[in-house]
Amino acid sequence: MSAPTLRIKDLRLGFQGWSGTVEVLHGISMHIRKGERVALVGESGSGKSVTARIVLGLLQQLRSARVSGLVEFEGRDLEKLKARERSRLRGTAMSMIFQDPTSSLNPVYTIGVQFHEVLRRRHPDIRMPQAREMAIKALQDVAIPDPARALDSYSFQLSGGMNQRVMIAMALANEPSLLLADEPGTALDVTVQAQTLKLMRDLVEEHHTSVLFISHNLGVVREFADRVYVIYKGRIVEHGPAEGLFEDPRHPYTQALMRAVPRLTGGGIPEIDDVSQDYFAPLVVHEGCGEPEAVS
Amino acid sequence: MSDNLLTLTSVSKVFHTPSGELRAVDNVSFDVREGECLAIVGESGSGKSTLANMVLGIYAPSEGDIRYRGVALPARRELKHRRAIQLVQQNPMSSLNPRRSIGASLRLALDVHGIGEKSKRWQRVGELLEEVGLPGDYRSRSPAALSGGQRQRVAIARALACQSDLVVLDEPTSALDVLVQARVLKLLNELRASRGLTYIFITHDLSVVRNIAERVAVFEAGKLVELNPTEKIFVDPDHPYTRRLIAAVPVVTKEEEELRARLAKTTHEQP
Repeated sequence: MSAPTLRIKDLRLGFQGWSGTVEVLHGISMHIRKGERVALVGESGSGKSVTARIVLGLLQQLRSARVSGLVEFEGRDLEKLKARERSRLRGTAMSMIFQDPTSSLNPVYTIGVQFHEVLRRRHPDIRMPQAREMAIKALQDVAIPDPARALDSYSFQLSGGMNQRVMIAMALANEPSLLLADEPGTALDVTVQAQTLKLMRDLVEEHHTSVLFISHNLGVVREFADRVYVIYKGRIVEHGPAEGLFEDPRHPYTQALMRAVPRLTGGGIPEIDDVSQDYFAPLVVHEGCGEPEAVS
Repeated sequence: MSDNLLTLTSVSKVFHTPSGELRAVDNVSFDVREGECLAIVGESGSGKSTLANMVLGIYAPSEGDIRYRGVALPARRELKHRRAIQLVQQNPMSSLNPRRSIGASLRLALDVHGIGEKSKRWQRVGELLEEVGLPGDYRSRSPAALSGGQRQRVAIARALACQSDLVVLDEPTSALDVLVQARVLKLLNELRASRGLTYIFITHDLSVVRNIAERVAVFEAGKLVELNPTEKIFVDPDHPYTRRLIAAVPVVTKEEEELRARLAKTTHEQP
């Protein structure tokens, strides 16, 4: 068996502040195999986004951040890579889609110019005409109706849904093996969100891209992911296949989350108990979902 | 007639843009009944926020009129109308002044509308906070010191401060986590019952709508395409667009999936 695309082991993160260190991640472990869509679900402040930032290597640059633990990308320990090698991975072998598409695109450059910049990460010598050709193809893949016009537009001239598709096209343009998607549908309408997720799903399936999908929306996770990790206050509390976990949530926290979602079939506003100490109960792993041992 | 709090008759809003006229809201008529929660759903650009802005008096309608308790609302609202119709916005971080304590923000609402005796207003602010489930001594905190859910409670308290009877809720819970959302929704329900409030609830989250609204108005491209009781909307909607909207909702259980599939199936049968 080959190494998983991403393996995180006992990852800890603290921020050094005036009054000591604030622990944000308390030793989380997870893995993503090739072509697998894995979701990390939790509330805001639970440590979802920082996990993605650590994988990208962005958080380690912060002076106050204290990171320990193992992050392996395709069998390579990322911490042992030089800064330049690590930087070379970003935008090529791993890429990220952020929550708010409009603010992740630069408003003073056209989409075409920014696309060129993205493609240069992998093909340093690529010229504008050639980049344009590739960009048009990529935009067609995400079902943008008039790609040439989109390339000549600025981000503020396109709708949120269009911008998010542009972001998806850019993120997948260099055929990364790992895609980190941080709440990619949150800023979008339900119908656009459904289309966007379907598009993303089809594209990553086609390219066998592994995805770490970060979201607080249980419904979206259920539609998109194969496997789910539930995170609560920097601890993974439940891990299981998407199907099984939603059918049969076993951890008290996951159960509370599930109960809190208003149902399309009715039933009123759910009653929510106060935060319970049970939420700190140990990790529940569903059958057949353990963490792999190191591949040497 | 008397139980209609708000009546909109052939209301339109036309914006003049470089590329021509844009009818953001196009000939819309409906009533808002006293004490109900009317949900307004639709995609962005469907005109729901423009409509809300007209109800609040931020925009004047280009055509048609809006009546509040039988009286036509003027383009420039008087203070008493502004007091009666209040707004809770989506993002409390940007709707509360970050440089002002939340108590001062609430107090301002009381001062502007001259509610209560001056010497008792600060005390009243504490009571308002308690009414939305926050400790009264949070008065002196700044918005930055509160969580998202707590801030949204402050925004709700501010809408209540004016003793309004109609509250426009513009996506009040979409920025919140599910557990927090459930608590805020429950608070909204309780306040509606105890204070006899009427809500216009603008959202695109149909799962929430199903559980809080009595009636649902569906907007598509500025037009009101369907207005029906919630039960009808989710069992047998009249308009294909409503079906499409419901079919796109991400759900968490098999039963919901079945409901969605059933509604989607009928879409194909009647094109």
